[in-house]
Amino acid sequence: MIGVELRKTFGRPRTWTTIAVLNALPVLVAVLLRITDLAPRPGEGPPFLSAVLTNGQLYPLAALAIVLPLFLPIAVAVVSGDAVAGEAQAGTLRYLLARPVGRTRLLVAKLVAVLAFVLVTVVVVAAVGYLVGTLLFDAQPAAAGTSVSGTSLTAEQLAGRTLLAIGYVAVSMLGVAAFGLFFSTLTDSPLAAALGALAVLVTSSLLFTLDAASPIAPYLPTRYWLAFVDLFRDPVLWRDVVRGLALQGVYVGVLLTAAWANFTTKDITS
Amino acid sequence: MTSVVVTRGLVKQYGRVRAVDGIDLDVRAGDVYGFLGANGSGKTTTVRMLLGLVLPTRGEVELLGGRMPRAGRRVLPRVGALIEGPAHHRHLSGAANLALLDAAGPGGRRRDRRRRVAEVLDQVGLGGVGRRPVGAYSLGMRQRLGLAGALLRRPELLVLDEPTNGLDPQGIHEVRELLLDLHRGGTTVFLSSHLLAEVEQLCTRVGVLDRGRLVLQDQLATLTAPTGATVVDTPVPERVRAVLDGRVLAADGGRVVVRGADPAEVNALLVGAGVPVRGLALQRPTLEEVVLAAAGASTDRVERS
Repeated sequence: MIGVELRKTFGRPRTWTTIAVLNALPVLVAVLLRITDLAPRPGEGPPFLSAVLTNGQLYPLAALAIVLPLFLPIAVAVVSGDAVAGEAQAGTLRYLLARPVGRTRLLVAKLVAVLAFVLVTVVVVAAVGYLVGTLLFDAQPAAAGTSVSGTSLTAEQLAGRTLLAIGYVAVSMLGVAAFGLFFSTLTDSPLAAALGALAVLVTSSLLFTLDAASPIAPYLPTRYWLAFVDLFRDPVLWRDVVRGLALQGVYVGVLLTAAWANFTTKDITS
Repeated sequence: MTSVVVTRGLVKQYGRVRAVDGIDLDVRAGDVYGFLGANGSGKTTTVRMLLGLVLPTRGEVELLGGRMPRAGRRVLPRVGALIEGPAHHRHLSGAANLALLDAAGPGGRRRDRRRRVAEVLDQVGLGGVGRRPVGAYSLGMRQRLGLAGALLRRPELLVLDEPTNGLDPQGIHEVRELLLDLHRGGTTVFLSSHLLAEVEQLCTRVGVLDRGRLVLQDQLATLTAPTGATVVDTPVPERVRAVLDGRVLAADGGRVVVRGADPAEVNALLVGAGVPVRGLALQRPTLEEVVLAAAGASTDRVERS
């Protein structure tokens, strides 16, 4: 069943179009930077962008930081919201369940497919970022890079931390996917499910900027999204990263349990 | 005879509305069971409960000897279903859709998947459809593909909801022949429909649903058994009345209904008296008359209360 869902996700042109569109923005930014040579000053604009002119190897991180606030969550919300509701809307859900595919099994397969989409998307964005970065900007192969704190990092350190950052972003997106999947079991409209997940994220981002909401700020799903920047401090500042992982873990656990409880007891009338 | 589908006191309540109100179905092995009912009478909800898609409020469903929905994993691979019209992934070809469906559940071996898919496509007359995406199919072709999906695992029981929907007359005839052919091969068919003619031509046993209640369930032959009267077709009905005085039950133009279950005897009397007779037949109620007598008004009607 998991194989079937993976084939469905990656066999449809829409998935690859989404990934391509997702990569368009970082590439455009890179080209503009290269042409104009006008990097944002350190501390301004998306993280890492100020540093890429001198070290193209940091561009995968800049690319992730560019798509993380908006594009990536939208893509994940659309794909995860489509997971169950899309089948319901197309009417294929009733045939799957009558095949029979166990409801728990179907939900797990959908989750794995969404997870695979998240991973592939994040890795492709990072890979395209690396390619664009090393092609357009100076790479510093020997003395690798500079940490956000100003000290220098070896090439191995940089590679290792980049992998950690990719993993961290993937976990953050898993939280979005859990919202999408949960809403997807509530409604027969994939659009409503995706919009529901996005509404949660918009609300969260908005409350995060509001001082009055500071008591609940640590529990907002988007609170620690950008904490992957801390992986590039020297020494690594683990506090927010660990909190971010724990918070996403709680969200994913609660939402997936709710999705399961709802889906396994639901009347399929689509 | 063993029962293939049994429900006992099946109830489905949606808020204050009882969509299905305590029905006791009994479908036996080898039946072609016609499940009749007006739109909105609860046919589809019942079919969905049989397959474990909708969970009953009360009562139980037994499918091929297993209690649903718990036994679903064991018995559903032996059931083929067409539920409220076909549904497929529009961007994939028919064969790819069937292969995905086959791979999704138990009981479909990978090795002979291509062969089985090709076989059922041939069976429903889509053998030459090629790699065209389902989005480009006509309604009738989709209906055929849905039927192919139901046949994929050589089921013992076919549960079909309006299988001829969207088909042209030739298509309807083909599907009927296909179903009869499968039935001869030992498949039990549960056919849900609001088309009386379709059920009358195909089914051996009939259940009639009216506003959530099963108002009738019997062999078709019993329901449409001769009434003990003979219908005489004649250009001179008043002379029939004169000859067979007291035996005429009803007259409608040239059609006279006469008491007596032996047309030959009636014919002899009339011909002996010189009354021209154009036709004679045993009177049988049509399924339509039986159903209309058992069920009330159409549930599409919403009367002012």
